[in-house]
Amino acid sequence: MARKLPKKDVVIIGLGWTGSILANELTDEGLDVIAIERGPWRDAPTEFPPSYAQDELRYRIRHELFLRPDQMTFTFRNKMDQTALPIRTWGAFMPPNGVGGGGVHWNAETWRFLPSDFVLKTHLTQRYGAAFLPQDMTIQDWGVTYDELEPHYDAFEYICGTSGTAGNLKGQIQEGGNPFEGPRSRPYPTPAQKQGFGHTLWAKAAAELGYKPFPQPSGNLSQAYRNPLGVRLGPCTYCGFCEWFGCGNYSKASPQTTLLPVLIRKSNFVARDNAEVTRINLDRSGKHATGVTFVETDGSEWEQPADLVILSAYSMFNVQLLLHSKIGQPYDPVANTGVVGRNFTHQAMSSVDGFFDKSKFNFNPFIASGAIGMCIDEFNGDNFDHGPLGFVGGGYLGQVQTNGRPIETTPIPNGTPRWGAKWKSAVRDHYLSTLKGGSIHSSFYSYRDVYLDVDPTYKDRFGRPLMRMTIDFHDNEIKAAAYLTDKYAEIVKAMGASHIDKSPRKPPYDITKYQTTHLNGGAIMGTDPKTSAINRYLQSWDVSNLFVMGASAFPQNAGYNPTGTVAALAYWSAAAIRNQYLKNPGPLVNA
Amino acid sequence: MHKALATSIAAAVLAAPLIALWATQSRGAITDAQRFEQIEKGRYLSIIADCAACHTNPDGGKPYAGGRAIETPFGNVVSANITPDNATGIGTWSDEDFDNAVRHGRRPNGDRLYPAMPYPAYTKMPRGDVLAIRAYLNTIASAHNAVDRNTLPFPLDIRTSMLGWNWLFFTPGPYKPDPQKSLEWNYGRYLVEGPGHCVSCHTTKNFLGGDKSSGYLRGNIIQGWFAPDLTNDERTGLGRWSTDDIVTYLRTGHNRTSTATGPMAEEISHSSSRWNDNDLKSVATYLKSLPGRQDNPAPVGNGDAMMVAGQAIYRDQCAACHMIDGKGVPQLFPSLAEAPSVRSDDPSSLIRVILRGARTVTTGAEPTGPGMPSYGWQLNDEQVAAVATYVRNAWKPAASAVSASTVKQARDDLHARAD
Repeated sequence: MARKLPKKDVVIIGLGWTGSILANELTDEGLDVIAIERGPWRDAPTEFPPSYAQDELRYRIRHELFLRPDQMTFTFRNKMDQTALPIRTWGAFMPPNGVGGGGVHWNAETWRFLPSDFVLKTHLTQRYGAAFLPQDMTIQDWGVTYDELEPHYDAFEYICGTSGTAGNLKGQIQEGGNPFEGPRSRPYPTPAQKQGFGHTLWAKAAAELGYKPFPQPSGNLSQAYRNPLGVRLGPCTYCGFCEWFGCGNYSKASPQTTLLPVLIRKSNFVARDNAEVTRINLDRSGKHATGVTFVETDGSEWEQPADLVILSAYSMFNVQLLLHSKIGQPYDPVANTGVVGRNFTHQAMSSVDGFFDKSKFNFNPFIASGAIGMCIDEFNGDNFDHGPLGFVGGGYLGQVQTNGRPIETTPIPNGTPRWGAKWKSAVRDHYLSTLKGGSIHSSFYSYRDVYLDVDPTYKDRFGRPLMRMTIDFHDNEIKAAAYLTDKYAEIVKAMGASHIDKSPRKPPYDITKYQTTHLNGGAIMGTDPKTSAINRYLQSWDVSNLFVMGASAFPQNAGYNPTGTVAALAYWSAAAIRNQYLKNPGPLVNA
Repeated sequence: MHKALATSIAAAVLAAPLIALWATQSRGAITDAQRFEQIEKGRYLSIIADCAACHTNPDGGKPYAGGRAIETPFGNVVSANITPDNATGIGTWSDEDFDNAVRHGRRPNGDRLYPAMPYPAYTKMPRGDVLAIRAYLNTIASAHNAVDRNTLPFPLDIRTSMLGWNWLFFTPGPYKPDPQKSLEWNYGRYLVEGPGHCVSCHTTKNFLGGDKSSGYLRGNIIQGWFAPDLTNDERTGLGRWSTDDIVTYLRTGHNRTSTATGPMAEEISHSSSRWNDNDLKSVATYLKSLPGRQDNPAPVGNGDAMMVAGQAIYRDQCAACHMIDGKGVPQLFPSLAEAPSVRSDDPSSLIRVILRGARTVTTGAEPTGPGMPSYGWQLNDEQVAAVATYVRNAWKPAASAVSASTVKQARDDLHARAD
């Protein structure tokens, strides 16, 4: 029996990026806020000081910062007729855990989605006709537009100090920036990061092919910065230990380096770490949340009552908690009914390795940052005519090699033995003169048979069913990946590569190989409660005092990294709560 | 004396309100439960005097209810409950009793206080200021908290031993302004020597814990830290800080060369971050007027083995934040090339920060509170000595080398210390 704690105005589930944003916005509104975080408290000098943060074995290989599957995992299958099995070691994605969440170990690539991404269904139907889209593709408009989100993208970028070169200032295209981006109200808060030799050379080749290369927007800062809350960040040292790692130099934007120092000084904010929320509690009507139940590491169970519940865990955990709390109708792909679990997506990553003459090219790949790099956006979203190509979607192409870490950076041409003297010799020959991977960061649109639901067999330590992932790539994404990979390879060829290995994404979806941690959807936003779990303000259609943050709201994924959009949506939702909901609690959209 | 000050006030174009109140200190011989201006002044003076820091147990104690162990070279002294509680606080004390304790180190029963309670500084305060604090303390919530005040070992537990100490080191009586100096300078000195009690930590002490006259604000070891030189010395003191640098440091805990940690972080957090800017400026003006030694020891040469090793360690471990040129990032990472405390004659603080790391102060103006990680587990005594020697000599002015045996001693001392 849970013991009951004194009531709070707001309970926040998960203290990562969106939890921190909402906590800061709602405490500014004068509300009494508690954040409950499953993992431990984390701060830079204690948990990832520069004296040992750059430990590839500890963090990259052994996954120290991530949730342990023993605590919570999912089951996985590709197709609806298969039996799903539990994931026992993380592979395709890395579920965050602990204060700061994914904001601790992200690469800090801070993109905005294209204006057309938010009205995708309408846009593609208008341009190509409804018949052009695959039958089982379930893409939707978001219910919110780029113009509505712009001030909130801007707010997040200025909190982070994002380094970049604007491509579109209030409709005026800017030299050196991304000409395809939506208009931004002001420049990036700090100039773009410096680029390495490989990044620069790639951009030169891309420009010679007629593209418009621009620096990737980076949350690893080009210079020291003080954000509007007074919190300071230092300049990036290009150590190349960003993704999978915490930054010990205060130079990667994370909740720790931007929001938490201010938040923890507020008397109307408290956080509980090592406390796992197991349920959102509802009153008898089932339409009003009364708070949450959480369990501490000693097994004791507590109830935290609150007027407003913010669900701001990682996308998968958001969906899982909705399923366990029986909020919203679970999605049924056969009957095509229900909302919780539908439009589950990931990213369709491809890569190209370019091998160069080592006597002429020395890329020093270890001089890097998580969001360094030069990109082109000619093949993203609907920036190019898909009519003759027979697929929709796309992604940015970028020479964004983020590191030269020794365990993972063993570039060898296809056909080299996988071990032994020849392997060693090949690694030695190619380490400095290879552009590894690249980023072909393609969209993953939604389909009727890619979804989340409860597993019929496997249970967690509380006796609840595990959540089941059913996910595979569809032809549309595979065609896009092949097309984009060829385009990327042309640029690498123009750079003067002596050998090119292309790895376009191919089915089946492989749960063991890292792709990105950009799992999206499952509790999507939209304009129709029959096909979306939350409204345009991220408010639950079913329980109006519950708001669900994060990428679980994406109806489908675009060809960008999601964090900028996740944060912009959080600020957008917070503004709606502050300006509309609190004055008149109840549904903000009547459907 | 008040006449002289009153004249300077008349002459001053701009005088801060508190200076005016302090300078016209003839009223206020009694506390008055409804005298708002007295209570408000007492509230502010209690911040300047930082009463709450020592008189509140940081482990969840009620404000001013005492019970905090104050480390001294002679043992821990536990602070008193100064809430108005009748049984365990000072509720039954008369104004006279309070004044006697604060300015003369005497309790109502005649017991002597230990100078961990800085009455040798507070004696500089006019009686009216002391009674203002009393008037304020009368208004706070009483808390029942009996404190064991007798924690020092024999023979120091015999409080009459303090009679001799007082005879040797205690000069009672209020601050006497220097009519040759500006009101701002005088008020700054008053704050430094009186309620602000900067002298309590920053003046060099002799083996009995009394002030060394030659060590006035020249720095002192306190609680395992070296409270640095506050004179205008170019190398170890404030010579290369402007008055603005001093004010910014005291107000926010961070300035273009330095960040506060250790006991000073606590002072800034509780006290000086809440002072009026004019009062901080007075302190800065006074401190900038104190001549430093301005000596300039010969640097340890670049070819010295310690410097070669130190530079290698510095580049591997330190330069990511403090930068290759040692200049750090203003307000975030200290500039080792410029920070005076790096060059203190006594390197205790530098060694401590390298061995154990440090958390800098957070204030409303500078909420970041960056931390320095600990290197004690990673660098041995020789390596710590080398890198400490390097940062003391890589940029001018230079300071003496740090030996491995000094580091070893500091490491042994730190084993017994909480952060």
